[in-house]
Amino acid sequence: MYAQMVKSTGQGVKPREEMSPQERAFQDRIDADQKIEPKDWMPDAYRKTLIRQIGQHAHSEIVGQLPEGNWITRAPTLERKAILLAKVQDEAGHGLYLYCAAETLGVSRDELTQDLLSGRMKYSSIFNYPTLTWADMGAVGWLVDGAAIMNQVPLQRTSYGPYSRAMIRICKEESFHQRQGYDIMMKMANGSDAQKKMAQDALNRFWYPSLMMFGPSDKESVHSAQSMAWKIKINTNDELRQKFVDQTVPQAELLGLSIPDPDLRWNEERGHYDFSEPDWTEFFDVLRGAGPCNTDRMAARRNAWDDGAWFRDGLMAHAEKKRARAAAAKTAAE
Amino acid sequence: MAAAVKAAPTREEALVEFLLRLGDNTLILGHRVSEWCGHAPVLEEDIALANTGLDLIGQTQLWLGLAGEVEGKGRTADSLAFLRDVWDFRNILLVELPNGDFGRTLMRQFLFDAWHVLMLGRLTESADARIAEIAHKAGKEAAYHLDRSSDLVIGLGDGTDESRRRMQEALDYLWPYVGEPFMPDAVDQLMAAEGVAPDPASLRQEYDATLRRVLGEATLTIPQDPFAQLGGKTGVRHSEHLGHLLTEMQWLQRAYPGASW
Ligand SMILES: [Fe+2]
Ligand SMILES: [Fe+2]
Repeated sequence: MYAQMVKSTGQGVKPREEMSPQERAFQDRIDADQKIEPKDWMPDAYRKTLIRQIGQHAHSEIVGQLPEGNWITRAPTLERKAILLAKVQDEAGHGLYLYCAAETLGVSRDELTQDLLSGRMKYSSIFNYPTLTWADMGAVGWLVDGAAIMNQVPLQRTSYGPYSRAMIRICKEESFHQRQGYDIMMKMANGSDAQKKMAQDALNRFWYPSLMMFGPSDKESVHSAQSMAWKIKINTNDELRQKFVDQTVPQAELLGLSIPDPDLRWNEERGHYDFSEPDWTEFFDVLRGAGPCNTDRMAARRNAWDDGAWFRDGLMAHAEKKRARAAAAKTAAE
Repeated sequence: MAAAVKAAPTREEALVEFLLRLGDNTLILGHRVSEWCGHAPVLEEDIALANTGLDLIGQTQLWLGLAGEVEGKGRTADSLAFLRDVWDFRNILLVELPNGDFGRTLMRQFLFDAWHVLMLGRLTESADARIAEIAHKAGKEAAYHLDRSSDLVIGLGDGTDESRRRMQEALDYLWPYVGEPFMPDAVDQLMAAEGVAPDPASLRQEYDATLRRVLGEATLTIPQDPFAQLGGKTGVRHSEHLGHLLTEMQWLQRAYPGASW
């Protein structure tokens, strides 16, 4: 997902009898579906896990601007250009809400940014894949925003108030993105032969990376169990992946495109599609930085940050001068 | 080139030409601004620049849409944007210049906005109701752009030594391109005579006042050389940069003619 393989305490769910009274009261509030707010007491590990998760999510929104930004200057019509630019702008806005949510936990945006740029913090594996044709703008909206929604809709009910509220705002826009992406795919799939070919090629390249967005199976993960007890993770990765496949297959059929999985079939008994797992070796390669675009994505973010230093410093210096002048004027007036 | 230097365009030809100038300015500047997407120095700037870009693209759709309508040859805003070559573009040179660093991008925006606000303000009184209507809508957006670009130019000019140096360099580099929109030609004269648009030269005094106010507060030095590079708005001689911009912008439409996107 936008937050993949987030580590929590590493020790599994703390049994109730080992909890302090404070921890017990905290867990009771979560079990009663009450929201935890920034000023409330919370276990250190809850705070740390949330910072990792929200930070990774925020970074994904920011780096996620790049693959789609890659096509803004080549969008084929004025309307498509405006829609794409507005979409990428939304993603920057999502990053902003999420950094603000993380800040309520006591970590600044600049600190999180440094962690991203130094490679200490990750962003979603999906944004390390290249966007090669205009159909990729369709596939990204349809599949990537689609997968993001799968994960984020349940997170609207997450236990941490600011995160939950950020998710509610974000989800509205994500479903809009998905519809726009699907609309591009529809146009391409019903277009010329070349456009159809682009559409199928985009699906071929983005199908498995989209399945990877949910992360490897976490049925036995101690991190996930603790996060689920805290309600900062609502479903297992496998549940979400299955839901995504079940939703997406009929949409692909409607487009007349084929999912690049010979083993994909409806399983009457389970009431779900059976499908092939993505190549998890590739997933771990991408996570450790060896994906097709990791180097370029990080270089783009580092350049933006480094080249922008004089700009940020200049405005800070100006604000300081203005403050000093106002203070001097006030003293003079007194 | 023949059309551009023709001594006496008809009213209709002049009107199309004038609308192309407005629409090409916003198209090309909107494109340049959108090149920053995802690469700005802070997140807030990514968002703000996207807003500016979106406003400019929206204005382009209106101006070029109207140009196609007046021309009456079935050309749409899209076909005008994506299927003309360099010599048919009518934007001023200023907006086609490459972004440079973020300071140059902001300075170019400010120099454009300061003109744009005045032009659109006058166009709200145009004898052509369609133009007045678009100018009214676009004028509000441009006023907001000017507020923002002025604030940033002031903040960076009166910031650190480095930010002042960069803003002064940007101003010096862009200065020869400042004069072009104020230079009247046969098209402008006809539009002014018909009450469609102001005489472009009549905007200069107020423009200079805006520059003195903002650049003064920014502690920057306004260059004194009145020399102006010309050739953009008449289409007679664009810079080398426009062709590259069009190559990128028009590529899909050119590579897959007639496809619908
Ligand atoms: Fe997003
Ligand atoms: Fe999105």
